[in-house]
Amino acid sequence: MDLLSPIKDHHSERRLFIARVILTSVVAIVLLGLVIARLVQLQVFDYEHFAERSQGNRIRIEAVPPIRGLVFDRQGRILAENLPAYQLELIPEQVDDLDDTLNRLARKNLIEAADIPRFLELSRSGLHFKPVTLNLRLSDEQIALFAIQRPRFPGVDFRPRLVRHYPDGEAIAHIVGYVAAMSTSDLEKVDLSRYAGTTQAGKTGVESSYESRLHGDSGYRHIVTNARGRHVQAESRDLQETLPADARPTPGANLFLSIDLELQKLATELLADRRGAVVALDPWSGEVLALVSAPAFDPNLFAVGMSTSQYSALQQDSDQPLFNRAVRGAYPPGSTIKPMLALAALDTGATNLERKTVCHGFFMLPNTTHRYRDWKPEGHGEVNIHDALEQSCDVYFYEISNDIGIDRMHDYLDRFGLGSETGIDVTGERPGLVPSTEWKRNAFSNRSDQRWYLGETVIASIGQGYMLATPLQLATATAALATRGIRYQPRIVAAWEDPLSGERTLTPRVRLDDVELDNVSFWDDVINSMNKVMQGARGTARAVGTGAPYRMAGKSGTAQVFSVGQDEEYDEEEVEERLKDHALFIAFAPVENPRIAVAVIVENGSSGSGVAAPIAKVIMDRYLGYDDAAE
Amino acid sequence: MTMRLSDTQRLITGKAAPLGDFGRAMRRLHIDGPLLGGLLLISALGLVVLYSAVGESMRLWMNQLVRLGVALVAMIIVAQIPPGFLRRWTPWAYFGGLVLLGLVLLTGEVGQGARRWLDLGIRFQPSEIMKLAVPMMAAWYLHDRQIPPRFNQILIIAVIIVVPTVLIARQPDLGTALLIAASGIIVIVLAGLSIRLMIALAALSVPGAYGLWQFMQDYQKQRVLTLLDPDSDPLGAGYNIIQSKIAIGSGGLFGKGWTNGSQAQLEFLPERDTDFIFAVMGEELGLLGVLSLIVLYMFVVGRGLYIAVQAPDTYSRLLAGSISLTFFVYVFVNTAMVTGLIPVVGVPLPLVSFGGTSMVTLMAGFGILMSIHSHRKLLPH
Repeated sequence: MDLLSPIKDHHSERRLFIARVILTSVVAIVLLGLVIARLVQLQVFDYEHFAERSQGNRIRIEAVPPIRGLVFDRQGRILAENLPAYQLELIPEQVDDLDDTLNRLARKNLIEAADIPRFLELSRSGLHFKPVTLNLRLSDEQIALFAIQRPRFPGVDFRPRLVRHYPDGEAIAHIVGYVAAMSTSDLEKVDLSRYAGTTQAGKTGVESSYESRLHGDSGYRHIVTNARGRHVQAESRDLQETLPADARPTPGANLFLSIDLELQKLATELLADRRGAVVALDPWSGEVLALVSAPAFDPNLFAVGMSTSQYSALQQDSDQPLFNRAVRGAYPPGSTIKPMLALAALDTGATNLERKTVCHGFFMLPNTTHRYRDWKPEGHGEVNIHDALEQSCDVYFYEISNDIGIDRMHDYLDRFGLGSETGIDVTGERPGLVPSTEWKRNAFSNRSDQRWYLGETVIASIGQGYMLATPLQLATATAALATRGIRYQPRIVAAWEDPLSGERTLTPRVRLDDVELDNVSFWDDVINSMNKVMQGARGTARAVGTGAPYRMAGKSGTAQVFSVGQDEEYDEEEVEERLKDHALFIAFAPVENPRIAVAVIVENGSSGSGVAAPIAKVIMDRYLGYDDAAE
Repeated sequence: MTMRLSDTQRLITGKAAPLGDFGRAMRRLHIDGPLLGGLLLISALGLVVLYSAVGESMRLWMNQLVRLGVALVAMIIVAQIPPGFLRRWTPWAYFGGLVLLGLVLLTGEVGQGARRWLDLGIRFQPSEIMKLAVPMMAAWYLHDRQIPPRFNQILIIAVIIVVPTVLIARQPDLGTALLIAASGIIVIVLAGLSIRLMIALAALSVPGAYGLWQFMQDYQKQRVLTLLDPDSDPLGAGYNIIQSKIAIGSGGLFGKGWTNGSQAQLEFLPERDTDFIFAVMGEELGLLGVLSLIVLYMFVVGRGLYIAVQAPDTYSRLLAGSISLTFFVYVFVNTAMVTGLIPVVGVPLPLVSFGGTSMVTLMAGFGILMSIHSHRKLLPH
């Protein structure tokens, strides 16, 4: 075979081969030169550019939410704090079988079975490394249970977080309010740079109105993340040390409320199982000492997060526990406005101290047959203005009502702050209503409805008809009676504390326009009569005030929830609970040097002097330090 | 007149000082000292980089160490086979490989969208056999013939190259197919393919490239398009190249330090332990690190070409040259791809990337080089 093939010239073949090796080597060196040039370009000339891009690749800025300010009462007792709680989380990418895992968790009662479809959707739609919260607050038993079971639930773990906690939840629910998950409308209101990383915001009460002060400012930190955006704990110091400086969050300010937690709790107890409100003020500063709306709710439910069924149960409760009656509930004030009207009548000369009227139990306008009833069917007999206040004679006020006139009534009640917002530092306050001829002209579109009728003035004189006031407004008006016309805007927050320096700033008290009378001696007349209401021989609330070691002044009110027909007998027994009259009472004490003004309303409580007055009395006793003597 | 040799030249030409008993033992085992040294240095550097690239996983690293050991044993075994024996069995290897390739297309196991594996007791890729069998077959064909080859002989070699290339391209495994084609073409070039014909073929490559484009899968076309403008799709097809360039560029001259590459360790860099391991090295060890690796590669290629030049017969010469230059093509394609010079083709960085089969083939190739060098009879020319 070798012999038949052409003779090979080994020498020239080797030369040719060497030439080709040289040729290919040159080509290889050129190609390699390209790669090396490329490396030099990337690593030397474009180094800065790529170094920056690699830095940007791995560093994410993560917001650090600030710690929310604490809320204390006037004695420094804690009302709202931040407690660590454990929440159950699931990281979708670490779970092999989502359905199975969730079902097993539900069987262990660690999650609600009804929420499983929601969790499935969340797990599948979001970023796969981002935890899905399964249970916002694990109970101690659940933590213990899960700690044992943890190895059986890969990808599920519990994590501590700070949860707003209200130790005396129900007692302060309507004054402190609550925080809850921020809504999209919340997000529109806030400065997003301060709220980066924040998930909850104040929704009601002080938590809402002092939101910006309580919240503080978010900080941020630089974290190393991997290609999927997940935070990785860089083990290498070199990687960690190249991070830019972080900014610490600024914690929110601590608030000191003027309320007294003991008084607040007492008022809550007194209203237990009732619907109503209590507002107590310091008349010389406007500080709110207690503000209770009953029934209340547990604000911790909102802070921790509750199930849909829990929330709808709260919302649909016919007792409306979420409704803050103290500042939003507008009630007919009833006879509680009589002291203010008496001042108006005396000051305008519509009546005088001597004028007497004989009360037969009803009143009729001239040339009409409509009977305006007194609360006492047999009548009070001959009464002057002192007697009329002490015994709450309606007929006397019916008689002088049109001598004062609705517009002058409006004028005086307006000076006491009725019919407009008090300006208290919680949101959602209602203005109530004090009617006037002008109001009626504007309020109705129908011409005949726009006319003011004399009969409407008559019922306005006992705080019925169109007239509406909130318990807070009644309390501020009572405070103005106590101070003889000096008025302060009601305040809940007395001071705030800078959490870093510890420096406290007092909230300035805001003095409003005084109630000025031509003759200041009328104050004594009205206040003495109010004292007799509680401690006089024939006072409507003498059962409450008689024998007390201090002098107190008050006025009962009973507001009709519905009208009783002309000649029907009013039978309480047959009226459904919800149709009973509202019971109201206003009071202040001590008479000589008033330190507390109180307004109480008990919905469907029937009797102001019988139901509301004792509540006001207990609160005053406690605040003035007479509660032990009273027992 | 005696030529003065630099130290490197001494090493490549094997004229360094005698190694004594150890050197004799190596010779008896048909091991080429300089080649082994270069390969071991590359492998050692590779193991260092790989430890970082697999996220400091001891398990994966040991895995690679075992594979390297297996590959070295394979190299030594192959080195014992005399070139003449290898030449006689070349057609068997080639046609046997073709049969296996056919089997792959018919019955092979699918992995990552491609049919590459064959399970005959052990799982392996028949295309690995062809990496050596194609240049062997081309060299075998030219062994008895007049060099440079005539045109009709070139056509026959073209058939030898094209048949397995097409079979492998259809798996589809374009990277391997191109490398195998290259190993065959290198044989023809070394055999003296006329420069004019090469230029003509280069001119023909334009319509040839168009034909190839038609033949490419969508993902392969995407890779070419991505190369031209990686930023057009930064999170899609261009992502690999962009992240790889950031990794290398941000390494700078000295690198971020071993196991400290943020691109690699934080998983921005895709396929960091396989095709893109060169970028890990560029990031962590910098320009100096990658240049030292390139120098080591060039030393091995140089030693291989020296062995080829020293080879006694046509078959050995062409085969040794092809094996050495194909090794260079590996290095070039991988580094050029990772630095964004050419499209992403799945070619690992030889001896450094994680993975077993290709390493065994590579080392077997070097075993052939050692065999050629150590079995030659020192005849005067």
